[in-house]
Amino acid sequence: MANYFTSYYNYWVYIALMMIGFYGIIAKRNLVKQAIALSLFQTGIFLFYISMAVVVEDGKIADAPIYVADQKLTHELQEAEHDHHLIVKSSRSFSNPLPHVLILTAIVVSVSILAVALAIIVNIKRAYGTIEEDEIQQIEMNEAP
Amino acid sequence: MELMSWIDFHLPALVVVTPLIAGIMTVFAGKKSGPWLWSCLVHGIVFAMTLRLSQLVHGLATLPMEVGDNIPVVNPAHISYLLGSWPRQWGIELRVDALNSVILLIVAGIAFLTTIYSGKSVEKEIGSDRRNWFYAVWNLTIVGLLGITVTGDAFNVYVLLEISSLTIYALIAMGKSQDRRALTASLKYLILGSVGASFILLGIGYLLMITGTLNMADMGESLRALENPGENRTLQVAVAFLLVGLSMKMALFPLHMWLPNAYTYAPSAVSALLSATATKVGVYMAFRFLYTIIGPVFSFESISANELLMGCATLGILICSYNAMTQDNVKRILAYSSVAQIGYIVLGFALHTSLGVAGSIIHIINHALIKGGMFMALGAVVYRMGAARLTDLSGLGRLMPWTMGAFTAGGLSLIGFPLTAGFISKWYLAQACLQAGRWYLVVALLVGSIFAIVYVWRVVEIIYFGEPSAKAKSVREAPLSMLVPTLIMIGLSLYFGVTAEWTGGMAETAAQTLLTEFDGGAQP
Repeated sequence: MANYFTSYYNYWVYIALMMIGFYGIIAKRNLVKQAIALSLFQTGIFLFYISMAVVVEDGKIADAPIYVADQKLTHELQEAEHDHHLIVKSSRSFSNPLPHVLILTAIVVSVSILAVALAIIVNIKRAYGTIEEDEIQQIEMNEAP
Repeated sequence: MELMSWIDFHLPALVVVTPLIAGIMTVFAGKKSGPWLWSCLVHGIVFAMTLRLSQLVHGLATLPMEVGDNIPVVNPAHISYLLGSWPRQWGIELRVDALNSVILLIVAGIAFLTTIYSGKSVEKEIGSDRRNWFYAVWNLTIVGLLGITVTGDAFNVYVLLEISSLTIYALIAMGKSQDRRALTASLKYLILGSVGASFILLGIGYLLMITGTLNMADMGESLRALENPGENRTLQVAVAFLLVGLSMKMALFPLHMWLPNAYTYAPSAVSALLSATATKVGVYMAFRFLYTIIGPVFSFESISANELLMGCATLGILICSYNAMTQDNVKRILAYSSVAQIGYIVLGFALHTSLGVAGSIIHIINHALIKGGMFMALGAVVYRMGAARLTDLSGLGRLMPWTMGAFTAGGLSLIGFPLTAGFISKWYLAQACLQAGRWYLVVALLVGSIFAIVYVWRVVEIIYFGEPSAKAKSVREAPLSMLVPTLIMIGLSLYFGVTAEWTGGMAETAAQTLLTEFDGGAQP
């Protein structure tokens, strides 16, 4: 049972992060705090994708995926190995690069959402003079339908 | 003819790339009517492209067999286009079949008409310093919607969904010069919409964990090859996330809370565009995820998602139609009515019969025309009167006869009056319910229609029997560039009510393609 928690701990962290964000979106009445919570919520999902990409082989976690295409590059790597006393393994397994690429896109999307949200909040502050949801609702209650 | 065959070959990509590149160029088109004219031109071209594309899909024209070293995959059922010639396991595949060619046609056609319509209305509602930016965002929205429809890659759906959603948030917020509540409506939609899209992203992630691919068709194949899928916890979680996310995006009751305010306070042209296309594309995504990828056997038989969808849809029809009866802002009446109509559409495809799916697709087409046309008519009222409360419409039947005539015809269609498009779709849906042995759903359909009679009549009564207010005395008919698109939309909806041959044929072919794609899982 303990293993169930420890071996999947980054998935637990992802769920915890997401739920903290979700709680913030629902419970916080300040619009900027809601935007922050939304950002946290999405960060949880990034962690999920990154965890999914991990490849474990022979009990060891695989390297970051670096594509070595041609002989010349391999040669340069060997030289680097020689010159700088680095250890570059010749045959090794890589973690799955696809989720990494996907999440790079999702991060860009998330940043854009945060930017748009903050831009709208700035406009709300100008129009209503407050960014507290309760106060805005009070103001809107008194307006014509 | 070299160029023509080159265009034919690259059509699936051009449909998205043309408005993407040309659309953003409106920024440089000046502050007067340049951005509008340029956008009309772009969307006219895109509409012509989608017409050609559906010709190709339905075998009315043949695709050139090869261009260069890129051999296209020609299949009688669909056109597959590999972006950058990468094999579909690694690259992104665009895939057009009988289903999404219909949706493409609807989205591009309505985008074209609303763009023509938007000219005058935007001139009035958006400051001239922002008009070119408005059209850049407007065009990007349409790019996103077209992209979701044309792509065959699950992650691509998410990215394009966010492109369209982000731009829609901005478009709604631009209603702030009319009413500052547009800002809060937009932020509310932003938060709920982003949570919904994040759930879709999670669902796609779980599907990627099971299948190791992002291509929709490959995903579908490997999910069907799973042993004992009903016991697969990962798949269950994926479907749960996807259902919630998609329901949020298509505004299925009870996840529709963002919609009424967003449609009410958005600029008039934006309301018309959104009501006719955005939620419809959401429903299309639900088709793709529930039928093509996950497969009806799992989503409807193993975990009975259809019962849940049907329950939400029925409640949505009843409660939102009821809400529509109690509103004083006519835009809000139409917004609530839109949620109810989404209920009808979802009800159709949740029945999981070919008749139900066909009814659902017909209602997507018809409702897009009806509601788009009605929002356009209301936009004309806002253009002349400055607002669209019930009191503003009082007595306008004599002052703006064409606009109000269009609104009334749309209202009749919404009720499901015979010889209107609404009647055809409700007829299909009622038949599908009876065929599936669920007579109580027909009762819900009828009660929804009765509620529709009430909320449409409240408006129509005021239009024709109310006294014009002092402000309305000098009101004239809407300008021609607003009136003509409105009349085309409503006219088409009446035309499809008289002869349902074209819509019915299209929808039935699409339903067949969807249901028999892999295993012919349709119930008789």
